[in-house]
Amino acid sequence: MANSQLNSGNPRVDIEYRRKKSAEEMRHHVVSFALMIFLTLIAFAAVAIKGFSAWFIVPFILLLAVVQVIFQLYYFMHMSHKGHEAPSMFLYSGVLVGAVTILAFSTIIWW
Amino acid sequence: MHAEEKLTYETWPAEPEKSTLEAKNKFLGFWFFLGGETVLFASLFATYLALKDKVPDSTHHLAKDLFELPLTFVATMLLLTSSLTSVYAMYHMKNFNAKKMNLWLVITLLLGAAFLVLEIYEFNHYVHEFHHTFTSSAFGSAFYTLVGFHGGHVAFGLLWITTLIVRNAKRGLDLYNAPKFYVASLYWHFIDVVWVFIFTVVYLMGMVG
Repeated sequence: MANSQLNSGNPRVDIEYRRKKSAEEMRHHVVSFALMIFLTLIAFAAVAIKGFSAWFIVPFILLLAVVQVIFQLYYFMHMSHKGHEAPSMFLYSGVLVGAVTILAFSTIIWW
Repeated sequence: MHAEEKLTYETWPAEPEKSTLEAKNKFLGFWFFLGGETVLFASLFATYLALKDKVPDSTHHLAKDLFELPLTFVATMLLLTSSLTSVYAMYHMKNFNAKKMNLWLVITLLLGAAFLVLEIYEFNHYVHEFHHTFTSSAFGSAFYTLVGFHGGHVAFGLLWITTLIVRNAKRGLDLYNAPKFYVASLYWHFIDVVWVFIFTVVYLMGMVG
């Protein structure tokens, strides 16, 4: 996030600052990894524990998948950093076209 | 800064993956490719959803007869962990530590290879125990195309990262190869993004019915 403007004019200070910043970011990555594992566990548990209806489980695990992918994209793939405007546009255009395709294919089998 | 410049720990830039023109182009171009990959996998998912459990007669097995939670769970954990290890590799790349970066990339490769072994075992199991093959039904074709395409991406990623490590083993880090490593790690994360939807839509939803 704050990794782009790091020039104080003193290279030593910059390095110290940058190292600290990236160590801090690495800690955030570990936290988001723990959350991703947690979401996966809930999704598997929801299916393993028989008793919930499919009408609840399917939207629920899809939501968990979307949340987990947001973590992956914004933290692991650094989309939360500056300078990711074009990547966001590329990815979301892909998501839009993909969503229309999935919508078309799944409605075609309903009627 | 230019690509062949010999850099030290002190002169290594904050964003080595984007500090030359070539690197900027590579970064942008690769994200464009990932946008295209999103569309590719979305159409395979759409096909799978439309053809799920579409079999010619009752002798064929359906999704809920085939899939087993424990195998999918182990595969998911392997791939998810490999995503974290490649984040570690990029952390060391930013700190100009080629040795540690390579170490974490090798761990990533091992986890990815373990995932691929599980997938090959799984496909082999379906073919021999359930006669669920690519040509046995529309369901089979859609399933193997979607999951197989993902497996193919994992195999390609393994070859790609291995090649990068071997090619740059004695060279150390510079602004020529840092963007290459960065882009490969983006690819590896994207494989994990696709897998999150595969284990949810194909396996978990398949077992729900």
